[in-house]
Amino acid sequence: MTHPSDTGPAPVLALRDVVKSFGAVRALRGVSLELFAGEVHALAGENGAGKSTLIKTLAGVHRPDAGHVLLDGEPVQFHGPGDARDAGIAVIYQEPTLFPDLSIAENIFMGRQPRRALGRIDHKATRDATAALMKRLGVGLDPDRPARGLSIADQQIVEIAKALSFDARVLIMDEPTAALTGSEVARLFGVVRTLREQGAAVLFISHRLEEIFEICQKVTTLRDGAWIAGEPLAGMTEDDLVRRMVGRDLDELYPKQEVAPGEVALSVRRLTREGVFTDVSFEVRRGEIVGLAGLVGAGRTEVARAVFGIDRWDAGEVEVDGRKLTNGAPSTAMAAGLALVPEDRRAQGLVMDMSIERNIGLTGLRTTVKAGLVDRGAERSRSLDWAVRLQVKYARIADAVSTLSGGNQQKVVLAKWLATDPKVLIVDEPTRGIDVGTKAEVHRLLSRLAADGVAVLMISSDLPEILGMADRVLVMHEGRLTAEIPRSDATEETVMAAATGRAA
Amino acid sequence: MPESLTRAVRWDTVVGALLIVLLLLSFSFVDGFGNALNLSFLIGNTLPIALIALPMTLLVVSGEIDLSVASTAGLSGAVMGKLWNEGMAIETIIPLCLLLGVVCGLVNGLLVTRLGLPSLAVTIGTLAAYRGIAQIVLGSDAVTDFPTQYLDFAAGRVGDSFLPQAFLPFLALLAVAAVVLHATPFGRSLFAIGAGEEAARFAGIRVKRAKLLLFGATGFMASLTGVFWALHYASARYDNATGLELSVVAAVLLGGIDFDGGKGTLGGAIAGVFLLGALQNVMSLLNVSAQSQIVVTGVLLVVSVLGPRVARQISVARAGRRAASAPVPKAPPTPAA
Repeated sequence: MTHPSDTGPAPVLALRDVVKSFGAVRALRGVSLELFAGEVHALAGENGAGKSTLIKTLAGVHRPDAGHVLLDGEPVQFHGPGDARDAGIAVIYQEPTLFPDLSIAENIFMGRQPRRALGRIDHKATRDATAALMKRLGVGLDPDRPARGLSIADQQIVEIAKALSFDARVLIMDEPTAALTGSEVARLFGVVRTLREQGAAVLFISHRLEEIFEICQKVTTLRDGAWIAGEPLAGMTEDDLVRRMVGRDLDELYPKQEVAPGEVALSVRRLTREGVFTDVSFEVRRGEIVGLAGLVGAGRTEVARAVFGIDRWDAGEVEVDGRKLTNGAPSTAMAAGLALVPEDRRAQGLVMDMSIERNIGLTGLRTTVKAGLVDRGAERSRSLDWAVRLQVKYARIADAVSTLSGGNQQKVVLAKWLATDPKVLIVDEPTRGIDVGTKAEVHRLLSRLAADGVAVLMISSDLPEILGMADRVLVMHEGRLTAEIPRSDATEETVMAAATGRAA
Repeated sequence: MPESLTRAVRWDTVVGALLIVLLLLSFSFVDGFGNALNLSFLIGNTLPIALIALPMTLLVVSGEIDLSVASTAGLSGAVMGKLWNEGMAIETIIPLCLLLGVVCGLVNGLLVTRLGLPSLAVTIGTLAAYRGIAQIVLGSDAVTDFPTQYLDFAAGRVGDSFLPQAFLPFLALLAVAAVVLHATPFGRSLFAIGAGEEAARFAGIRVKRAKLLLFGATGFMASLTGVFWALHYASARYDNATGLELSVVAAVLLGGIDFDGGKGTLGGAIAGVFLLGALQNVMSLLNVSAQSQIVVTGVLLVVSVLGPRVARQISVARAGRRAASAPVPKAPPTPAA
C-alpha cells in the first residue's frame, strides 16, 4: 500500500491504516485517507465497501481497532460524536432531520440560542447570526422561514449552515444528492464550491459518477473494506473509476439487446387523474423497453400508480394483454400480468421487518396455496429460486430484508415481481441509490426480460440509463405526455427539451 | 414446526415457560389452587378474555385495535336480556345478538377503513357509545331467568373434571384462529399489513377489505362473549364485562403481539391470557390486596412491552452480522420441505 507523502501542509483530517471489524466481518482493512483544506474529496465504492464505517470512524461514532485518526497531523481519539464535532467535523446526511415547525434560525441554533438577560432567547441575535451564515454560503434563505416546505436541497443547506455555526472545518456529505433534482444539485454544488473557496475540507459521497467528476478534486476508492486507491481525479475517466470500484471492467454499462417488438402488451388510453395527469395515452409492446422520462413531479410515478391500481383514475382505460383493468384494484392488475417495482423500495417495495422468503412470497399468496393454506414448501422453493437467480447476497433466506444492503434489497423487490411471471413490468427508478455493479446487473436483467418477450416500462430520472436502455422514450411535462422519441433520435438534449416543455 | 413460530419463538417461549412455572409453583405451594373448583373458576373467569383475545390478536397483528369489545359484549348481553323479557325465544335471540355484534364491529371497521380514522380513537368513541346504548336498552335491570339448560351449559363442567364445558368450543375457535393467522394467505397478509401497510398494498393485498373483515369478526366474538358472560354469571346487565378490553389488550401484548403490528403468534397471546388469569387467581388466593395486584399486573405489562423488543433486537443484530459476511449463493438451492 502506498503511503501519502509526508511533505507539504498537514491534512486537516486523516486516517492512517485504519482497521475496524464487527464480529467476524472486517469492515475496514487498513484504510488511509487525507482531507486537505480547500479540497473536495470523493469517497467511492460499491454498497458494502466500507464507506459508512469510514464516515462513522471520522465522525467519532466508531473507534478504530488499529491505525490512527489524525487531526492537523496529530493522532486523536474521539470518544463519541461530540468529540468529533468539537474538533470541527460535521456530517451532513442524505435525509436532513430538521424540526419542521421551527424556523431556519431556530433549527440552526437549537439548544444554544444567544441569550438576553434572565435567560430569554435573543431572537434578533439568532436571526442575525443565521443571516450571516446564509450570506457566507451565498444563498438567500429567510432565517424566519419554517423548515417545513423547504426542498431537500435547502434543508441540507440549513444543515450545512448549522455545521458552520459549530465552526466546522471538515464537512462529510453522505450521498447528499440522492434525493435531489438536477437544479437542486446545482444549488447544493454552488454552496459546496463556496465552502471550498473558504478553505473547508469536504468529503463527498455519491453513487453518481458524473457528480464526483464535477465537484471533486481527489478520490479515494474502497472495495470490500480495502483501500484501493487515493488519487487526483484529473485525467481519470468514469471507466477508470468504475474499474477501481468493482475490480473488473464492466463488460457493458448498458447491455441493450435488439429485440423485434411483438404485439401490444400494455395499452393506456386517455388516462386522466384530475389535477395530477391528463390524457395520457401510450402502448408498450412485448420485447420493448420503453423509457418514461421527465422532471420529478411531472406525473410519471403517478401514471404508474394509477395503471397498477394504487390510485384511481378519473377517465380513460388500461388494458394488459387485451384485458381491461379494474380501476383502483392492484390485485386484478396482478392477475392480468402486470407488475410494478415501485419508486420507494423501503416503504412500498418491501416489508422491511419481514424475511426475504416472505417478501418474495407476498406476490404468490394466491398461487402457492394448497387446500386453502399457504404451501410453505412451494413458497420457500419459489423464493429461493428467485433469490438465487437474481444473485441476492444473503446469509439465510429467513433473515429480514432490512439486514440486506440497498442493492440487494432492490434485487429482492425485482425477485418478488419476476416470480409472478409478468407480461408487463413497470419499474420506477429501478437503480436509484444502488451501486454501479448492481446497477449493471439490473440493466442486464431488464434487457434479458425484454428479450424473453416481457414489455418493460422504465421510469427513470437517470438520463444515461433511459438513453442506454430504452427502445423508445416517452417524456412527460406537467402531467402530460409531451413527446415520444425513438431510440435513434433520443439524446440528452431532445429528452430534456421535452421534459422542460421546450419541445416544438 | 411452522416457521412463523420458530422465528418469534423467543418471547412466546418465555411467556409459555412462565405460565408453566407459575402453574407448577401454584400447584405445589398455594393452598387451594389445585382443587377442581378453583381451577374451574380460573378457567371460567379467563374464558371471556381468551375468547376476545382471538380476534384481537389478529387485529393487533394487522396494526389496528378495538377497545369497544367490552361494550359490544355488554350491549349484546343487554339486548339479550331485553328481548328475553319481551318473550322472544332464546334460539332467536342469540343469533340476533351475534348479528348485532357483527354490525358493531363493521361500524368500527367502516369508520377506520373508509374515513381513515385511527382505530384507537374510533373505538374509544364506540366504547362509550355502545355502553350508552346498552344502558338505554336495559336500564339498570338485571335479567337472570334464562333457560336452565343454557345456564347449565355456560356454568357447567365436563363430567366430574375441573374443565368448564365452554372450554371445548373455545379450543375449537382457538384452532380456527391459529390456522387462519399462521397458515392461510389471509393470515400472512395480516402480518404484511401490520409491518408495512403500503408495501402490502403494492403487493396487491386488499388492505381495507382485510381490516373490515377483522373488525366484523371482532364484533362477532365480542358479542359471543357477551352472551356467554350473561349466561355464565346468570345475569344480563348493561355494565357486564366493563373494563374487559384492557385485560384483553394487556394479555395480548404480554403474549408478545407487537402493538405496532406485524409481529407475534396466537399461541403467545393465549399463553399471555392464561398467565395473567392464573397470576390474578394466585394473588387472590394469597390474599394479596387488589391494589397490589394491579401494581404487579402493571409491572408485568411494562416488561412485556420491553421483552419482545429486546429479544428481537438481539436476533436482528445477529442476522445483520451473518448477512455482512455472507457469500453470494452459487449452487442451486435444495428446497426445504
